[in-house]
Amino acid sequence: MKTQNQRAWFFVLPVLLLVAFNALIPMMTVVNYSVQETFGNNVFFWEGLRWFEELLNSDRFHAALGRQFLFTGIILAIEIPLGIIIALSMPRQGFWVPVCLVLMALPMLIPWNVVGAMWNIFALPDIGLLGYLMNTTLGIDYDMTQDPFAAWATIITMDVWHWTSLVVLLSYAGLVSIPDAYYQAAKIDGASSWSVFRYIQLPKMKQVLTIAILLRFMDSFNIYTEVFVMTGGGPGNSTTFLSIDLVKIALGQFDLGPAAAMSLIYFAITLLVSWLFYTLMTKDDGK
Amino acid sequence: MAKITLSDLKHSYYPDPKGPDDYALKEIDLEWSDGGAYALLGPSGCGKSTLLNIISGLLTPSNGKILFDDKDVTHLPPNQRNIAQVFQFPVIYDTMTVFDNLAFPLRNRGVDETTVNTRVMAIAEMLEVTDMMGKKAAGLSPDNKQKISMGRGLVRDDVNVVMFDEPLTVIDPHLKWKLRSKLKELHQKVRATMIYVTHDQTEALTFADQVVVMQDGEIVQIGTPVELFERPAHTFVGHFIGSPGMNVLPCEVREGGAFFENTLITLEGEIEQGTGPSQIGVRPEFVTLGDKGLPAIVHKVSDVGRHAVVEAKVGHTSVKAVIEGEAPVQGAATHLSFDPTKTRLYRDGWIATRAAS
Repeated sequence: MKTQNQRAWFFVLPVLLLVAFNALIPMMTVVNYSVQETFGNNVFFWEGLRWFEELLNSDRFHAALGRQFLFTGIILAIEIPLGIIIALSMPRQGFWVPVCLVLMALPMLIPWNVVGAMWNIFALPDIGLLGYLMNTTLGIDYDMTQDPFAAWATIITMDVWHWTSLVVLLSYAGLVSIPDAYYQAAKIDGASSWSVFRYIQLPKMKQVLTIAILLRFMDSFNIYTEVFVMTGGGPGNSTTFLSIDLVKIALGQFDLGPAAAMSLIYFAITLLVSWLFYTLMTKDDGK
Repeated sequence: MAKITLSDLKHSYYPDPKGPDDYALKEIDLEWSDGGAYALLGPSGCGKSTLLNIISGLLTPSNGKILFDDKDVTHLPPNQRNIAQVFQFPVIYDTMTVFDNLAFPLRNRGVDETTVNTRVMAIAEMLEVTDMMGKKAAGLSPDNKQKISMGRGLVRDDVNVVMFDEPLTVIDPHLKWKLRSKLKELHQKVRATMIYVTHDQTEALTFADQVVVMQDGEIVQIGTPVELFERPAHTFVGHFIGSPGMNVLPCEVREGGAFFENTLITLEGEIEQGTGPSQIGVRPEFVTLGDKGLPAIVHKVSDVGRHAVVEAKVGHTSVKAVIEGEAPVQGAATHLSFDPTKTRLYRDGWIATRAAS
């Protein structure tokens, strides 16, 4: 007969507490808000799934979601290939390696709101370097507080400047781990440089690239600070991404119920896309 | 397939080498005939990989020429030399199938698909990998991956030379033997010139018709496995090949004879003129224990199964002997005698006796 005791629970307890306080309880609070209406004073009214239904049928949400996917799509389409190209052209050994690595890492070390402020000033039409150059020197009408296209272009450039380094560093790590023999064998096999990239470098970078895409997807899908500082979601609603809209609803309008419902849907979308992508990319690895 | 000539080849990894110590390859003059199986044997750092990379074109030598069939290829890049190389670690293209891996060198050279198909299938048959042709190469075991790497080297029928750079390093011991005999068999079938680089004497001696032994960037001896074993040209060869290696015993040369521990030792032939420190070399296989000869004390006996290795002290010098059958006990007094036809004098490391004709 086995001795039965409950001692194991004590070992699980710390983890349980940690997860409870940093995930379960905050999450359940949001779930709690999402099915109720409140006018303050801690008075709540049951609303069921009303907020979810309203949100999913709201044009405002659709528009923000559309902008969000468009933004993420564009920056992934730029940052991933650009990052790979930069990583491929970086030196593999010698004096310039650490120099390149530090230069690459610099943008990522700057606090996000500082990045926003920097680019905000940079883009000012009258005194900002970029704004002044565009308007006065090149004669292009450029003002991101007036023109949605200028706002988008600036935010995308900012994100590319800020985050391509991450893709570069990850790809570079993948590249330097390829043994010399692969390149020598490819030379002897008569492979073209495209073949070398296609059959050696790309497959060897696959895992780090999966991580890079995943990180860039999640980060850009949840982008808030830089955009808030640079445009505040404007001009009009043209750069109001999901996170900006969420804060407007939750803190601007103090609609806690709809905001909670939106957070849950937002979270679900991020999770779903990440999971799908990761599963597809790692599907063959086990075989 | 081609004859390979290395003439006055030197290589240094430094831009301006000063003394001979700066050279990874000191001076190599060598000719390998078409269709032969050769091994480059030597300890790590002896320059054998450097030599291989020079032949394949991955390195350009500081000095000298490489000729394939009298055509100077010294400055040609690897893909124009028409050679193949198999590396220490299997190199395979992960995302391709086994078939595509084998077809890769052919397709890169614009060979038409029907020829590709016949060549690949023929090679796959020789390597016994036909059942895995459709599989992704990434999932194969290390020995199969190495087989595919070899296959990629052999699939072109017009290669000048196929080179193997310690190809069995990552293979499990019980599969090593199988792959080694496979390789030998392949050589007999395709008849390409093959160069096999290794520091493992068994691999070199079983694979090659002719073994080139290298040390410190120099060739010490070129010969058939039997020649290297029976008559090492240098004490290094005697020591490096054989298990245990040749006995190298300090001696004195006077009045035209060699004296070891004040006993005149009969050698294979006359001693050549010269100066420098002298040593007597005799393989443990040619040392016998008995009632006559040098008095010695048995110091250590190790039974290695088929035979016993006896280490006996003559004065302060220990001499090894390979004994079949009953071995003496430790501490026993005995006498050693050397087979005169296999006993030689070495001066400055190099052989200094004339072979008995």
